[in-house]
Amino acid sequence: MKVQVRYFASLREALGPQETVDLAAGSSLGALRDQLIASSPRHADMLARSRALRGAINQVMGDDSSPVPEGAEVAFFPPVTGG
Amino acid sequence: MANMPQPMAARVSIHCHDFDLGAEVAALRAGDSAVGAVASFIGTVRDRNGGAAGEVSAMELEHYPGMTEKSIEAMIDEAIARFDIRAARVVHRVGLLMPGDQIVLVAVTSAHRSQAFQACEFLMDYLKTQAPFWKKETTAGGARWVDARVADDAALARWGIQADNAAGRAA
Repeated sequence: MKVQVRYFASLREALGPQETVDLAAGSSLGALRDQLIASSPRHADMLARSRALRGAINQVMGDDSSPVPEGAEVAFFPPVTGG
Repeated sequence: MANMPQPMAARVSIHCHDFDLGAEVAALRAGDSAVGAVASFIGTVRDRNGGAAGEVSAMELEHYPGMTEKSIEAMIDEAIARFDIRAARVVHRVGLLMPGDQIVLVAVTSAHRSQAFQACEFLMDYLKTQAPFWKKETTAGGARWVDARVADDAALARWGIQADNAAGRAA
């Protein structure tokens, strides 16, 4: 299934604003992150497990175990710093 | 016209231009004679962040359009469920800001002060760790993304909400 992945802040600067990814049905947000890590050295660096990152599915905060539905808009970004 | 139902005023606004506290509070109170208290908070851009005065010359604010509005709307719903308040308003600026500029406004009305104070602080604590904004500071040494603070997670934890934003985990 296809999902759209969006990046913000430092991730956007390094990886671009978005990409479309082919993901196995039933995958979790954590599985998507691992698949992206394996896709290029730059992804491996920016999405490394040693980095504190947050993820959202269809514009709601998620965690590694959150299921990614078909056609979802998924986003990865650093911890938020507004206010 | 006086009897026409008023359209529900926007509760959340995200924009580049400045905001006016007086006008925002006047609009929030308008037509509600049960309001006996207004609490507001304004966050502003500092010229330093752990370093010397004047080290920060500008600040760029990025956000996630759509999710930002949705997440803050959900926070206001949560504030209304937790506190006895009449109305709430959140304005957050994005784009290029300078030291001294206003960044964020949270304003809450209620019958009595305690609920307004609490709801205002709750909304700010929530927004700091859960709304998708990112700050980038410009200094003489170049531009740098601002780090999230564990203290902000602790502030939200006071309200019984476990937040691990700084560690990069969902609340």
